Amino acid sequence: MFRNNYDNDAVTFSPQGRIFQVEYAQEAVKQGSVVVGLVNKTHAVLVGLKRNAEELSSYQKKIIEVDSHMGIAIAGLASDARVLSNYMKQQCLGSRMTYGRAMPVDRIVTQIADRAQTNTQQYGKRPYGVGLLVAGVDEAGPHLFEFQPSGMTQEMVACAIGARSQMARTYLERNLDQLNDSSRDELITHGLRALKETLSQDKELTVDNTSVGVVGLKHETGKVESFKLYEGQQLLPLLEALERSDVGETKEGETMEVDS
Amino acid sequence: MTSLIDHNPHSNSIGFSFSQSTNAGTKEHSFYPYTDNGGSVLGITGKDFAVLAGDTRSTSGYNINSRYVPKVFKIGGDEDGEGAHILLSVVGFAADGLALKEKLDAVVKMYKYQHGKPMSVRACAQRLSTILYGKRFFPYYVQAILAGLDEEGKGALYGYDPVGSYEREQCRAAGAASSLIMPLLDNQVNLKNQYIPGSGEGHALEARKPEPMPRETVEQLVRDAFTSAVERHIEVGDGLQMLVITANGIEEIYHPLKKD
Amino acid sequence: MNHFPGTWGRPRDDVYGPYDSSYLRSTGPKAHTQSPAVTGTSVIAVKFNGGVAIAADNLASYGSLARFTDVKRLRVFGDAAVVGFSGDVSDMQYIDRLLESMDIRENYSAHGNQLNAKNLHTYLSKVLYKRRSEFNPLWNHILVAGFDGEKKPFLSSADLLGTTFSAPHLATGFGAHLAIPILRRLFPEERPIEEITKEDAIKALKECLKVLWYRDARSLDKYSLAVITQEGIEVQEDQQIEAQSWAFAETIKGYGAQTV
Repeated sequence: MFRNNYDNDAVTFSPQGRIFQVEYAQEAVKQGSVVVGLVNKTHAVLVGLKRNAEELSSYQKKIIEVDSHMGIAIAGLASDARVLSNYMKQQCLGSRMTYGRAMPVDRIVTQIADRAQTNTQQYGKRPYGVGLLVAGVDEAGPHLFEFQPSGMTQEMVACAIGARSQMARTYLERNLDQLNDSSRDELITHGLRALKETLSQDKELTVDNTSVGVVGLKHETGKVESFKLYEGQQLLPLLEALERSDVGETKEGETMEVDS
Repeated sequence: MTSLIDHNPHSNSIGFSFSQSTNAGTKEHSFYPYTDNGGSVLGITGKDFAVLAGDTRSTSGYNINSRYVPKVFKIGGDEDGEGAHILLSVVGFAADGLALKEKLDAVVKMYKYQHGKPMSVRACAQRLSTILYGKRFFPYYVQAILAGLDEEGKGALYGYDPVGSYEREQCRAAGAASSLIMPLLDNQVNLKNQYIPGSGEGHALEARKPEPMPRETVEQLVRDAFTSAVERHIEVGDGLQMLVITANGIEEIYHPLKKD
Repeated sequence: MNHFPGTWGRPRDDVYGPYDSSYLRSTGPKAHTQSPAVTGTSVIAVKFNGGVAIAADNLASYGSLARFTDVKRLRVFGDAAVVGFSGDVSDMQYIDRLLESMDIRENYSAHGNQLNAKNLHTYLSKVLYKRRSEFNPLWNHILVAGFDGEKKPFLSSADLLGTTFSAPHLATGFGAHLAIPILRRLFPEERPIEEITKEDAIKALKECLKVLWYRDARSLDKYSLAVITQEGIEVQEDQQIEAQSWAFAETIKGYGAQTV
């Protein structure tokens, strides 16, 4: 069987200039179930599809609150994500303690990126096997960042990572012009629809397998609307809103069919 | 409290450069890490609520530092205290008090992140004791009172000494004027030395049984206790901050006190 | 003429007793600062409608010796805050270096998340509290003036023990005794700060500096004054106390040339 000589550790380049261990780690992200993130002028939304390993098990957590102004959605190794999120929680608490200030989103993202990068350059270390979408608000407004095991980070307006995430990205690209001016609730619906695009034929979004996290600025006061995680029964109104928007969509489709 | 802190070596000598060393050879440790910032706090519980109140004066010796420095804090909420479900008051050395409050606040926040549910007042009370005892040999120079609602929804109040010894009580006063307020509470809340008229002679005389008091009565008692304390204690005054915790959340009430 | 340079500039032994040179020891256990060496006296500050004014004289004393007469004790932090230092001058310079490096660090991360005066005060109070907890205090009492996160005027104090408080007008050292009563009379706390103009505030500070110059033996008639408004920070560093009148001194026995 073919054996790759350049993937025994994360610090050795292949002659083609690749670091295989890092690429494998990125594969782990692609294996994870999909999460979607998107922002408008006031809010950042995370949406995730939860999986249960078997019928008898509970669903794996996809969205984690990091601080009252920030949350992450994860795709990949959940245990690596837990370690990373604990680090982020500590750093955010530390910022509040020493400066009395909420951690700026770009700063914490840079910090985890630096940690992830260290894992790709020190012998004996392993890259994180998880990708993150970091959503939060700071003085500069709402933000969404993508984080990859390589240590790469990017600020995004909308993003999806994980299995079959391409479908979600296609949806987001098509509806990009609507996102920026959407309301808080419309943004959530867009997130759920992007998530729905990724589902295989026999699956649908339920209160058990969906997770939604919202953080933003309050409309009236401009103050921080604390990170809110919707799970279980709390999702009902959100899923109903999704259904209503779907019905509207198909109706349009039907009339078009009749016309033609 | 005051008598404990009064051993300040600075209190009766000013460090002129020509002051003669009284004990040549052994150098005296002349930095004293504590001070007393005065003030008093008071907590009373009822059937389904707890009240925690404190004056807002901050003092250094005979100086008034400020007329508004709160000593009663919400624990486990966001920046504005939104979502908090525990109250903590600290009186004594204000810098230690603030450090203690922030430490407990961080602990309660991490508890919620890690367990996905708010910390019970009972657990928080035990944890506070551990935090205080952790500095047994360089104590937080504060008397703390913790308040909230217990598992049954009843008002819960815990009183502490500086090194973590604690007990659950119906009411507790602490700080500069505690010796003025506590006897009043003994009589008015715990009904000490109150007997049912005509119930008997001598030992047969039946003591009145303490019962939980309604909220209005408690609030009035707190106000009376402080207006009386202000009259006789120079370190108490300026304003009364009263936090009331019920199943509906935390309500903050401010009353002006004499500023003399 | 005494020919031992070590005794120059020091109180005469025959008048004040032998000089305590124990602090010059280089053996023995490691000793932290037990008392300040070169010190600055009071800092005073007032909030007004739309900003804060802060002032301090330009003197650094070595005990009773007016050692340096051109020391700037107001330090500007970016465009956000002014910090006024009293107490040890070398510790002030250390803190100033801390602030400088933090300012540079902060400016590397762009978009809008700048530290404000409130954040700065929280940070400095933590530094001071940490150092007092290590029994190695930074021997200063500082005032921080600027704006908080809601763009409201901010003024707060922190001392070598880490004690913090804020009020509409604050003063350190002798100023707490001499300037605060004047400021409290001019600007009673019931009076909203909207009624206090920038000119009122500056005039009041100058008046207080004059009183301090008259009565505080460790003060100077050269001073610095900074005004912080939303438009920016104005610092004037080489000011002279004007319209001095020492006529009052004539009436004080033992002050001037009177013999009776």
